[in-house]
Amino acid sequence: MKITTTLKKKLYSEMLRLRMIEERIAAIYHDANEMKTPTHLYTGQEAVAVGVANAMIEGDVVGASHRSHGMYIAKGGDLKAMMAELFGKETGCSKGWGGSMHLVDVRKGVMGSSSILGGTIPHAVGCALAFQIKDESRVAVSVFGDAAIEEGVFHESLNWASLKKLPVIFVCENNLYSTSTLLKDRQPPVKIFKRAESYGMQGIRVDGNDVVKVYEVVSEAIAGAREGRGPALIEAMTYRWREHVGPNYDYDLGYRTKAELGEWMAKCPVKKYVDLLSQEENESLIKRYAKEIDEAIEFARQSPFPREELMTNEVL
Amino acid sequence: MKYYDAIRDAQAVMMRNNKDVFICGLGVPDPKGVFGTTSGLIEEFGKKRVFDTPACENGTVGMLIGAAMQELRPIMVNQRVDFVLLALDQIINHASKWQIMFGGAQKIPIVIRVIVGKGWGQGPQHSQSMHALFSHIPGLKVVAPATPKDAKGLLISSIEDDAPVIFIEHRKLHNEEGDVPEGVYRTPIGKAEVLCEGGDVTIVAISQMVLEAKKAAKALQKDGVSCEIIDLRSLRPLDTSTVIESVKKTGRLVVADGDWRNCSVSGEIVAIAAENCHEHLKASPQRVTWPDIPVPTSVALEKAFYPTATDIYAKALKALGISKESVLVEEEKEEVFQGPF
Ligand SMILES: Cc1ncc(C[n+]2csc(CCOP(=O)(O)OP(=O)(O)O)c2C)c(N)n1
Ligand SMILES: [Mg+2]
Repeated sequence: MKITTTLKKKLYSEMLRLRMIEERIAAIYHDANEMKTPTHLYTGQEAVAVGVANAMIEGDVVGASHRSHGMYIAKGGDLKAMMAELFGKETGCSKGWGGSMHLVDVRKGVMGSSSILGGTIPHAVGCALAFQIKDESRVAVSVFGDAAIEEGVFHESLNWASLKKLPVIFVCENNLYSTSTLLKDRQPPVKIFKRAESYGMQGIRVDGNDVVKVYEVVSEAIAGAREGRGPALIEAMTYRWREHVGPNYDYDLGYRTKAELGEWMAKCPVKKYVDLLSQEENESLIKRYAKEIDEAIEFARQSPFPREELMTNEVL
Repeated sequence: MKYYDAIRDAQAVMMRNNKDVFICGLGVPDPKGVFGTTSGLIEEFGKKRVFDTPACENGTVGMLIGAAMQELRPIMVNQRVDFVLLALDQIINHASKWQIMFGGAQKIPIVIRVIVGKGWGQGPQHSQSMHALFSHIPGLKVVAPATPKDAKGLLISSIEDDAPVIFIEHRKLHNEEGDVPEGVYRTPIGKAEVLCEGGDVTIVAISQMVLEAKKAAKALQKDGVSCEIIDLRSLRPLDTSTVIESVKKTGRLVVADGDWRNCSVSGEIVAIAAENCHEHLKASPQRVTWPDIPVPTSVALEKAFYPTATDIYAKALKALGISKESVLVEEEKEEVFQGPF
């Protein structure tokens, strides 16, 4: 697959933007306690969402997990609507009903994220089932963490998807931890992508901190699914920088070391491609994104809270 | 001692007394120790009896049923009751049936601890109550202690009980302070507690709503209304006689239940009063419950969603036929909880 420099620059810029959004949320999260919503930041994992989203085309859909900002933003979800959602405002993408863990943008193919582990995996399979029934050339993607594969519904979904050769791609963001529990304390030493084989589908492991590699692997899998060759499971190896939920670093808790975090920070997915742009280009991008984020936060602050009357009857 | 520590203590004393007791669940040996309720257990009892699980709630409950068949007494911890909804098959189709379905051949003494979330935008999937759902099922026992003393006493009773017990903790109770006796003692399952005696109105409250009921009763006292507060403590079996006795005495009933109204425990309490105290009732029973809608996330909606002492106060006045400008009863202090979980 030939990847143009223009595309690489686009991937890089989107990661930079996503990084800046997440880091700004972390910076202001506790300042005025305006964002009262359990927030699972995506910092460190940007290459996965950006690589996956860019491999998708219009009409393709995605179901996401509690760590939802990445897919929402990468898939083109509106930043203002996300900020407003975090601030619990009526102008939020879920009108203040969902918060950080429940982002949605149906027009952009973001079909909603669940805070229940594995909750949306079968939804993606169901979307793919509908595409097959309706004879549409669309693909569904399911993105979830490494703990979600421990739930029964993951296995039920893979079994069904493979049986029916559905156009669905499973993307596991393996960041090695479930809250503070290491993978090796939760799963036998079988690599996650290898699980695919037992369901008769292709399994691939990819460096989840390399956006170009993620893009390539997912593009190929999606192309296959679109052509009717069935589902695939992609394991993207990555790392969450900040605490499981909330804005802080957490190596003081003792379940992981500062040195381990340091190693992964050295493999920063954004920094990896920083040289694609000149210093001036980078600076101007940073300025532009900072302004856009300022505006989104201002929008969220100025927006009204949802009206109480909505409490007693229907939401819409 | 705080409520969370009382839970920790109950588990520790029981594990010291009985080597068949063990505890597991997501985050049990975690540095944060499930809000402090499991802190220090792994150090004292070791990895074989205190351990984390993969994220597989249905499988976990099923496996604990298996362990119980082999005469162990497992405790499962769930950071939110919403997560254990994945295990409804093993809880309802299996655990609750196993004793009766085989004519008493086996007992399934498991305790499933579940935590109900509230506040900081926990939202639709992290703050459901679900006690009505479990209370509906024969073969299960359901308890919901409101004080540190009962948290320990009921957890000890639950561990000793031969039936599967759903042990409901409210996140907002974890930091409540209260006297807790040392060592082993039992709060009986199926026995409500009359917290204060009164003659004008009976307030039946569940879990965290007991705190709100106490505040409301204080305000009502200033208005010359004497309340009898019943802390239900057990939801299955229900202590119907304590409720009936009280309602017969006061003739007025307010039920404060942090849950939806349709097919609820609050509805059951009202039905018990209607069936048993008909000629004693001086006014129609009142209920303080959640709006009939999923729990919202936005702080603004959260505030409108959750009933408080003010609502209990207003409903009590309504039962008494007193029309009075409703006052705001000691609103919850400015949120000290800084989230995010
Ligand atoms: C059914 C269910 N069980 C437990 C939880 C609690 N929980 C929330 S996030 C999480 C860890 C998830 O880890 P992973 O899937 O690897 O995603 P990550 O947070 O690492 O992105 C857990 C255990 C939950 N949300 N749902
Ligand atoms: Mg993980």
